[in-house]
Amino acid sequence: MARVITITSGKGGVGKTTATANLGTALAMLGQRVVAIDVDIGLRNLDIVMGLENRIVYDLVDVVEGRCRLRQAMIKDKRLPDLYLIPAAQTRDKTAVSPADMVEVCRQLRGEFDFILIDSPAGIEQGFKNAVAGADQVVIITTPEVSAVRDADRIIGLVEAEEKGVPQLVINRLNMALVRRGEMLSVEDVGEILAIPLLGIVPEDDHILISTNRGVPVVLENRSPAGQAFMRIARRLMGEDVPITLPEEPSLLGRLIRWVGRQSSA
Amino acid sequence: MEAMRKLFGRRPKSSAIAKERLQLVLVHDRGFSPQLLETLKSEIIAVISKYVEVDDNGIEVHITRSERQDRLVANIPVRRTALR
Repeated sequence: MARVITITSGKGGVGKTTATANLGTALAMLGQRVVAIDVDIGLRNLDIVMGLENRIVYDLVDVVEGRCRLRQAMIKDKRLPDLYLIPAAQTRDKTAVSPADMVEVCRQLRGEFDFILIDSPAGIEQGFKNAVAGADQVVIITTPEVSAVRDADRIIGLVEAEEKGVPQLVINRLNMALVRRGEMLSVEDVGEILAIPLLGIVPEDDHILISTNRGVPVVLENRSPAGQAFMRIARRLMGEDVPITLPEEPSLLGRLIRWVGRQSSA
Repeated sequence: MEAMRKLFGRRPKSSAIAKERLQLVLVHDRGFSPQLLETLKSEIIAVISKYVEVDDNGIEVHITRSERQDRLVANIPVRRTALR
């Protein structure tokens, strides 16, 4: 029986879609059967981040409106045999799907998968309600910025109001150099303010942008610090006891080597 | 802000400012405005004063947040000899 995990944030642009793509890919790499569902109707992006944008025939709205079977809307990943995507519709809006529809879609998928990951839209309206309706567990993603943390706090209250239990927190795009200089909220600061259990820390990493450009989730790249962080989070989701550590700040020499590497590969 | 300046020297780090601003704004967002807290505080004092003498200077009423819930914490010193 699958576990349904919704990834949400309140604020847009903090990394929900990147996290969904990478956690889905990481779980599939670890041998899990995974389906990722994009619930951001009208502003779909999980397809392009996973590099599957050219394979879409049917979408989530086609499924709930009965134009196709669930199977037909499931796009198989290019690389991993047990990873699927159900894309959002691009031409409709949030009202095309109801929370009850989402519960039903999840019910039908549960038997065939180990994990169902739901990529939530930003905001607190119906799109968010659709995204959490079928969830067994909610993961809130934030960056160490005042706006993202404030919105995360609001979302935590709403998740609890929907009786989904206490959500878990992922702090994304942490820049250790800035934290050390006292110019970025630290993990402790964010943890103290939001007061929910921490699931993981993902460092700020240029590899994310580069891999997204290519449509290849960064977990497939061994050397990426963000990819390694997502892989550790995936193992935690599977119940492994993986300690949460602060990202290492690259040394001057390390940064220089990476810079030279990038120049020569460009 | 004054307290911050004393604590961190002349120019507080931006992370400390961010944290303080967030903590203040979240009190509002979570539905406990300073006005509401003030009203609550004076009414709590009024009720308790019916039975014991309260030391007005040492009263603290604030909201703390823990994993499961927000908590209204009232610390109200009472005078020893004041039992009526």
